[in-house]
Amino acid sequence: MPVIEITGKPIHVNEEGFLTEYSEWDEAIAKVLADQIGVEMTDEHWQIIKFLREDFKTEGETATSRRVQTVGGVPVKTQFTLFPKKPAKKMAYIAGLPKPKGCV
Amino acid sequence: MTTTMTAPAIVPNFDTSDSDRKLAIICSKGNLDMAYPGLILGNAALGEGIETHLFFTFWGLDMISKTRMNNLQFSPMGNTAMHVPGGDMHIPQAVMPAMTGMATKMLKKQIADLGVPEVPDFLEQIVAAGGHLWACRMSADMNKYALSDLRDDVEGIISATDFIEMTEGAQLLFI
Repeated sequence: MPVIEITGKPIHVNEEGFLTEYSEWDEAIAKVLADQIGVEMTDEHWQIIKFLREDFKTEGETATSRRVQTVGGVPVKTQFTLFPKKPAKKMAYIAGLPKPKGCV
Repeated sequence: MTTTMTAPAIVPNFDTSDSDRKLAIICSKGNLDMAYPGLILGNAALGEGIETHLFFTFWGLDMISKTRMNNLQFSPMGNTAMHVPGGDMHIPQAVMPAMTGMATKMLKKQIADLGVPEVPDFLEQIVAAGGHLWACRMSADMNKYALSDLRDDVEGIISATDFIEMTEGAQLLFI
């Protein structure tokens, strides 16, 4: 797996660029990741990213859009506005988590 | 792991050039189990940024009918693939009273346990994600349905020709 440098730190990523080590992530890195895919982070964005990080800690997998709505409290429509086109993947990428595995 | 060299930044390509990809799904069945494939695939497509249209025809119209969408049923009858969940024992192919009600209840529970919404909720999510719902003209006429008999987020009752025109260039799924 490649190791890239973000904010001066070596970061492990997979071949697509998703972080592979939960503990290597921090908010400064998230900001860089968001910039790279054209997402400007606001409080609303952070709310979702923080939920994903916390949820992953307990569930061991990345929340789907459905779960971000039902458990995280952010409607699917809002997710599409904040992270256009591919919200589930973009949210996971910025949160330094794997792509969600769930179908729904 | 110690690292002395780092690779150049790797950034996922989320906005690929195939963003004009379109998917059309024809939902023709009103059984609870057959309502799901179209919804799951449509939802997945929307999550990939693909323009998605669902066309409800024949029994599929039940999925968007205000009076019927909450009460789709599942019957194991006539489905020889039915077996006990988690096992290979087949369920007898004989009509027994109350079987449909029981099977429907069981299936709904299995689906809910996976965190998958019920059909009306699922359609709401699909619309929230930018999906388009269309009703079939002939099926609506057969059922004597007006647009007001259908979910409020159904965009129109349209003919087969309208749907074919609208989905020019789309990939198509018939369920």
